[in-house]
Amino acid sequence: MKRVTIDPISRLEGHGKIEIFLNDEGNVENAYLQVPELRGFEQFSVGRHAEDLPVITQRICGVCPEAHHMASVKALDAVFNVDPPPAAKKIRELLYSAFYVTDHTTHFYALGGPDFIVGPDAPPLERNILGVIHKVGVDIGKQVIACRSRNHQVIKTLGGRGIHPTGGVPGGWSKALKEEDRVNIEKIAKENIEFALFSLKAFDDIVLKNSDYLNLVTSDIYHHKTYYMGLVDKNNQLNFYDGMVRVVAPSGKEFVKYEAKDYMNHIAERVEPWTYLKFPYLKNVGWKGFVDGEDSGVYCATPLSRLNCTDGMPTPKAQEHYQQMFETFGSKKLGKRYEPVHFRLATHWARLIELLYAAERMLELATDPEITSPDVRVIPTTIKGEGVGCVEAPRGTLTHHYKTDENGVITHANLIVGTTNNYAPISMSIKRAAEQLITKGKVNEGMLNKVEMAFRLYDPCLSCATHNLPGKMPLQIEIKNSCGESLDIIRRDI
Amino acid sequence: MSKKPKIAMYWASACGGCEVSLANVHEVLLDIDANFELVFCPCLVDGKIKDVEAMDDGELLITFFNGAIRNSENEEMAHLLRKKTKILIAYGACSKDGGIPALANLSSKEELFNTVYINNPSIDNPKGIIPQRVTIVEEGELRIPEFYNKVKSLGQTVDVDYFMPGCPPEPDQLINVVNLVLSGAELPPKGSVIGVGKTTVCEECSRKKSDKKISRIYRTYEIIPDEETCLLEQGIVCMGIATRGGCGGLCPNVNMPCTGCYGPPAGVDDQGAKMIGALGAIIDIAAIKDMPEEDIPDYVDNILKSIPDYAGTFYKFSLATALVNGRVNK
Repeated sequence: MKRVTIDPISRLEGHGKIEIFLNDEGNVENAYLQVPELRGFEQFSVGRHAEDLPVITQRICGVCPEAHHMASVKALDAVFNVDPPPAAKKIRELLYSAFYVTDHTTHFYALGGPDFIVGPDAPPLERNILGVIHKVGVDIGKQVIACRSRNHQVIKTLGGRGIHPTGGVPGGWSKALKEEDRVNIEKIAKENIEFALFSLKAFDDIVLKNSDYLNLVTSDIYHHKTYYMGLVDKNNQLNFYDGMVRVVAPSGKEFVKYEAKDYMNHIAERVEPWTYLKFPYLKNVGWKGFVDGEDSGVYCATPLSRLNCTDGMPTPKAQEHYQQMFETFGSKKLGKRYEPVHFRLATHWARLIELLYAAERMLELATDPEITSPDVRVIPTTIKGEGVGCVEAPRGTLTHHYKTDENGVITHANLIVGTTNNYAPISMSIKRAAEQLITKGKVNEGMLNKVEMAFRLYDPCLSCATHNLPGKMPLQIEIKNSCGESLDIIRRDI
Repeated sequence: MSKKPKIAMYWASACGGCEVSLANVHEVLLDIDANFELVFCPCLVDGKIKDVEAMDDGELLITFFNGAIRNSENEEMAHLLRKKTKILIAYGACSKDGGIPALANLSSKEELFNTVYINNPSIDNPKGIIPQRVTIVEEGELRIPEFYNKVKSLGQTVDVDYFMPGCPPEPDQLINVVNLVLSGAELPPKGSVIGVGKTTVCEECSRKKSDKKISRIYRTYEIIPDEETCLLEQGIVCMGIATRGGCGGLCPNVNMPCTGCYGPPAGVDDQGAKMIGALGAIIDIAAIKDMPEEDIPDYVDNILKSIPDYAGTFYKFSLATALVNGRVNK
């Protein structure tokens, strides 16, 4: 048995390693995506003051701390049995919308987008943010920096800090929004809408009008029929901050819709000895291995998954683009939504549609007369002792579940984190790409890029911001025989 | 080949927030790019371990090393980068003092694995599988790094030149340090904490202080604090008095207490001890004057009872380097 090691891949939560085993014919026998890192938040959250968890758990991820902060504070609302005033909920969602704008922007321009904008076959040195700038103009780079900057400023205004904000308290938000700050945020939201529309136009011009790219998007390499998960509001439409968890089957039929607090009845997590990360799956379908289809409990929770789950977008401009996406891929209408799109690379497009939705939602909230109300906190009077909080993190449905004693000290914490949802699908996408690209022991030179694209589309956690600004991602694939001797090394340096 | 000095930012057991702090210097990134050959983050260093090994010792001018030392891979990279770097900076709370991941030192590795992989409401693990360093699968052997018993700081692992606190350090602090190096000025003595203030968050905080004593301590969910006055004087455990300045008092600015992410101020070794001392000084002892002696312990206990978690309150970011740095195993 020969072995191909890709070590490390870098844009996963923690460091990642791919092991590909070849059979005697030199074709792919199996592929493993290993996550060699663990910190153990579920353990050391125990014993802490419950109200400290929004600050502690957001240190799971410095790229999406806002998601953990929100899921955590929502879990605390339940633990302390308290319903925050409307203005507090709106401030939370406003901050969260600004966060989505900056997060999705970073992914499109710095990480995922370059594959398309510059081109999947372009030299790696050009497939980065600088390449994007060369292709679409110097002003774009400045716009991307400006977009990140202004939205981090919003996060700091509302949450105290640009990274790891701190405003979340059970029963509300620590500070009311002042009118002068609201005016500025309204202006920023408008700029964000323009920026999102511009980004969608760029995607249309560069990707959709190029038949080679469209063929790649719809190729077998990146096609998986799985279940999809996303939060929906009372109209069954997408919401990032709150709602019920909806799961649709590969056919598009609603499989289940449940309250986040009931997640244990629907999600189970599998442990493998060769990785520190767990594999969640749909409990009522069952774990059948790393396979597609209705009978496999593997599900996906990404921007594309969320659009596959929603009965349309709640904001008008995003709705137009949502329709365009499904119609482009020939999906038929299923009531108010469409048959799912299974082409995983369409996730990039879905992300931009979500960017537009986040910007539109941000403007709705920033112009809501209630948002500057000074009434942003309710002091809890009881400790219920258990609570689940759930939001859509950019990289998937995020669930925090806490139990406390009568003093509000954590006795139990369970966390199902965005990227973790997608561990099985990402592994499957990598295996698929490897199968297509390695035959008879020959590793196709294009494999580095194609494998990279297979996991990059999921925007695995820690794949954003600085990691990608230079767009550098050295990969090394080493082919070893069964004695561990190196037969060949393919590498892409900086 | 570029002649610009090379810098690196590597992350060990971390969250990525330190990398985002680098991205959040925004347009200053262009200046950094103009003056240094950027070796951004794990992608690069990881991908070229052999190349880093092949480098001359000290070939990297600066490495901003973030994250704690949690596993064998983190430790190996710390040693390698130490060797290849002229100025090794422990960047951020995890690297400097263990940070949030060091709270794991309050329990054993076995307890931690049990919680994560066995005793957990959504887990499906009837065979009780725990990740292993080496696993034999049908096709061959798979390896992952060793998870250590304790989290260590970078300074407990290798020789460190400078320390930059914060979770993460504010982008301004990074800009300060880059400018300092670029200026060619003489660098501070080895072992210094750089880029930040020397005093405390308290000194930078705009809230009004009036030397008021407190007769009870509030948890943050129990009180809507006045927006103008000192949080500690309102009975909230704000760590600002025991925490190094530099951030400008960001958390108190939104009515939330400082949680101590910048670690102890200059001249203080143990942040929690400093805070407990400060609390002792602010608790109202005038009330005990007329109290029967046997009631006094109850009075003090009652005040302290509202802090059930000392370790997580006083050492949230600095447990690895505290005098008592975790649970003492008997």
